[in-house]
Amino acid sequence: MADREGAPGTARPRGHSSLAVHPGAWWLWALGLGTAATRTTNPLLLALLLAVSAYVVTTCRPDTPWSRSYGAFLKLALAVIVLRLLFAVVLGSPIPGTHIVVTLPEVPLPHWAQGIRLGGRVTAEGLLFAAYDALRLATLLVCVGAANALASPTRLLKALPGALYEAGVAVVVALTFAPNLIADARRLRAARRLRGRPDRGLRGLLHVGLPVLEGALERSVALAAAMDARGYGRTADVPAPVRRTTAALTLGGLLGVCAGTYGLLTEAGGSYGMPVLLAGSAAALAGLWLGGRRTPRTRYRPDRWTVRACLIAGSGATVAALLTLAASADPAALHPGVIPLTAPELPLWPAVAVLLGLLPAFAAPTGGGGGRETAVALDSDDARTSLSLSALRRGRTSPGGDGAGAGSSSASASPSASATSASVASSASVTSAASDPASGAAPPSASASVKSSLSEEQPS
Amino acid sequence: MIRFESVSVTYDGAAEPTVRGIDFEVPEGELVLLAGPSGVGKSTVLGAVSGLVPHFTGGTLAGRVTVAGRDTRTHKPRELADVVGTVGQDPLSHFVTDTVEDELAYGMESLGLPPDVMRRRVEETLDLLGLAPLRDRPLATLSGGQQQRVAIGSVLTPHPRVLVLDEPTSALDPAAAEEVLAVVQRLVHDLGTTVLMAEHRLERVVQYADRIALLPAPGAPLVVGAPDEVMAVSPVCPPVVELGRLAGWTPLPLTVRDARRRAEPLRERLAEHAGDGRPGAGAGDAGSGDSGLGVGERAGTGPAVAGATPAPPAKTPPHTSAGWTGRLFGRASRRAATEAPAESAPVAEVTGLGVRRGRVEALRRVDLALSPGETVALMGRNGAGKSTLLGSLVGLVRPTSGTVRVGGVVPYRTPPQELVRRVGLVPQEPRDLLYAETVAAECAAADRDAEAAPGTCRALVGELLPGVADGTHPRDLSEGQRLALALAVVLAARPPLVLLDEPTRGLDYAAKARLITHLRALARDGRTIVLATHDVELAAELADRVVLLAEGEVIADGPTADVVVSSPSFAPQVTKILAPQPWLTVAQVREALR
Repeated sequence: MADREGAPGTARPRGHSSLAVHPGAWWLWALGLGTAATRTTNPLLLALLLAVSAYVVTTCRPDTPWSRSYGAFLKLALAVIVLRLLFAVVLGSPIPGTHIVVTLPEVPLPHWAQGIRLGGRVTAEGLLFAAYDALRLATLLVCVGAANALASPTRLLKALPGALYEAGVAVVVALTFAPNLIADARRLRAARRLRGRPDRGLRGLLHVGLPVLEGALERSVALAAAMDARGYGRTADVPAPVRRTTAALTLGGLLGVCAGTYGLLTEAGGSYGMPVLLAGSAAALAGLWLGGRRTPRTRYRPDRWTVRACLIAGSGATVAALLTLAASADPAALHPGVIPLTAPELPLWPAVAVLLGLLPAFAAPTGGGGGRETAVALDSDDARTSLSLSALRRGRTSPGGDGAGAGSSSASASPSASATSASVASSASVTSAASDPASGAAPPSASASVKSSLSEEQPS
Repeated sequence: MIRFESVSVTYDGAAEPTVRGIDFEVPEGELVLLAGPSGVGKSTVLGAVSGLVPHFTGGTLAGRVTVAGRDTRTHKPRELADVVGTVGQDPLSHFVTDTVEDELAYGMESLGLPPDVMRRRVEETLDLLGLAPLRDRPLATLSGGQQQRVAIGSVLTPHPRVLVLDEPTSALDPAAAEEVLAVVQRLVHDLGTTVLMAEHRLERVVQYADRIALLPAPGAPLVVGAPDEVMAVSPVCPPVVELGRLAGWTPLPLTVRDARRRAEPLRERLAEHAGDGRPGAGAGDAGSGDSGLGVGERAGTGPAVAGATPAPPAKTPPHTSAGWTGRLFGRASRRAATEAPAESAPVAEVTGLGVRRGRVEALRRVDLALSPGETVALMGRNGAGKSTLLGSLVGLVRPTSGTVRVGGVVPYRTPPQELVRRVGLVPQEPRDLLYAETVAAECAAADRDAEAAPGTCRALVGELLPGVADGTHPRDLSEGQRLALALAVVLAARPPLVLLDEPTRGLDYAAKARLITHLRALARDGRTIVLATHDVELAAELADRVVLLAEGEVIADGPTADVVVSSPSFAPQVTKILAPQPWLTVAQVREALR
């Protein structure tokens, strides 16, 4: 197994190998574990869930800045537990209990604050209940953190349908702005020190606020200019009927979704609710799909939904389903009582179900070797990549020139990259576009929508 | 390919057009350099090509700009994206995605190229620009030169036929700049890309240009012509051209190589002049003279050198052995003046300084002593630790090991109010230092911060920036004026040690000359000046001593002539032309010939 792992590392470009699994799969897996966590308050099961997710994160996470966010989520989860316990101590707990841990002085409250208690008796039962509850929430948070560490949210946004792409880019840009703001604030506080002013404290921070915002504004204008110059927001020419249909479908669909939801939630609409909701969703989706035709964008190396992705998503879903089943079959085991105080027991079958969540650690690319199936998937993937790479390499050297010539000439030499006839055809058209000024700078394209966009741009 | 037809641009609220009557054409496959002092509208002309002027910036464009037959009046920037690629000064503000590979693909995605074409072009571009090892690196972790190459790559992938570059090398160290320019030249030669480029540092780019378009002054008509013709009349020119003008060479040489081939008579003349013209400088002993080290040696040994060893390789081998003798004996008056107080107490002392940032060791066992009145240039690659060293001298960076003492105190433990009277730093972006709405308010605040007498800073501004009105907003100042204002603010506290981080970034030759005059005056007053810079010409003009940093360590520390002459990338042009004679600047040569 070990030697096979070594080989892909060299043959495969590292860039996308760490992201080879569809980010959606990781999110499904993590949400599956999260759902499982909401089904139980058994601390042993929850700890097992935590351990499972932590193990998978440490084995599979790529070495990228965002994967370091896991630690932040762990701290947040810890803070949640502490806060919940603090509330239980200070505000009391609805759980009646007999084992008094400590009695705090009770603060008398006015009559309109009846039902709220400050201080008073703190019981072991109440604390335990709060701890179980907090642990459940913390586990959920850590699961989300695991998804964040394993798959960049920006990559997930890339999988959005075409019509929503531009909104997605806006979100991505906004996300990258936060770190820039922090860097700016740091730089300006340092500059305050250079002026001989105190650089610490609230006043120091307030004084840099305006320049930081100014800087952010300037940067966003510069970025907008750069994006515009790089073709952001190019639209294809869509015939008027299609445009109108898109608008009608989207609007109608959304109205349908609203009406359907209303129907489902009210008593009277039980009969029409579901069908209207479904029809509305379908219309809205169709509208989105049609709307995507207006943007001529294509995607660079989109994440493919591979066997591995299915396994990962499946393992998460299975854990969620099994724990839901177990919760209805044996509620006592999954919700250990606190009155009377008992030590929680680890129910065997739910625990085994949770362990299924470990599958990604063996199926994911950076993990160890796994079952037969995943090995096959890995091999075929590598073979494809190395094939295309070697084809490229041949294409580069065959013109006889040095690497410099490759930029222009490997397109013409690329028949050696004869993986598919389609690629040959398109590369040939690249050559013609590059060498023939009459065709404008038309980027060659197979899709009809792009062609129409190009014809719009060429004044001739 | 690009055609301007009587174009003038007036921005909203401006009384006069920024550029007027621009009429020129750039044929396909040509590299045209747009030159001129700051503020003449170079960026406006570049923006007009990509359509960002006036579609994005506002204002009125009269006349007509066509690119590859498309009129920018009817085509928005995004509709020109497939023919024009634009790269600005700051690559970070250009990036949309967060990794190299995605960034290269972004433009193609917007244009809707099929996935297999995208994949191939990304691989080709990674190879063309030497970025393959960096393909999955987050953009923020790259060095300046790498970022600039990625920015160029990201506009290359859609195969634009026109490339517009606004100061592509001004933020880069000499080696990284050469890297980027080599790529640009390759594009012009191999792919027939048309390039329109603006750059202040003409010494780096002028030899690559097929033609030069010169905007001599604001509102003045554009002069277009062959590089040597335009350079003969240009108000801005690199040292090689200045030397050529001084020596009366026609046609003007544009490259060091051309100049060297004509420099033989000049070297002889210089040797003679130096021989009889400089009585006090004859200290160089003949034995070590042919190494050409130390300004003082040139007098005694010059003639023998010029006659006997004209070949450039001669300068390298004896260098190491002779460097010591050079240092012991041959010192010019300037050097001697700065060496003398070296025995007195240093202004600042750094011993065994180490700074660690996360897993990166930014500085390692750095020793440095700065004596009063000396000017030191810190040089080295982007990311070599220059700014960190400056930061630790002003207490912005806390050392992990070793000690830093400035004027007897430990900077990072000293309260800012006290520290400003011992050391002042003008940061890379002088604007960071300026908060107020007007120049007058800024000066008043600086006096308060420094506890100086009211009017101190304003008087300094009057010296450094004559003719700037009190009510001007710092934002409306030019790059050079802002630097001068920031310098005045720092000087208000009268610190004996002044640090400048990358001061000539974005300055034209005139602004640079003014800065050099100011800094020389400061050094004469006994201030110690430390410059972190990539600008070899600046270091040659100004510095007594050069400290070279690499990977956080000091790899060379010595008199400017010693350090700079021996390094191919840090030697100024005049040194390269007149080697083995140790001349550093045109001013020195002019002085000697007088």
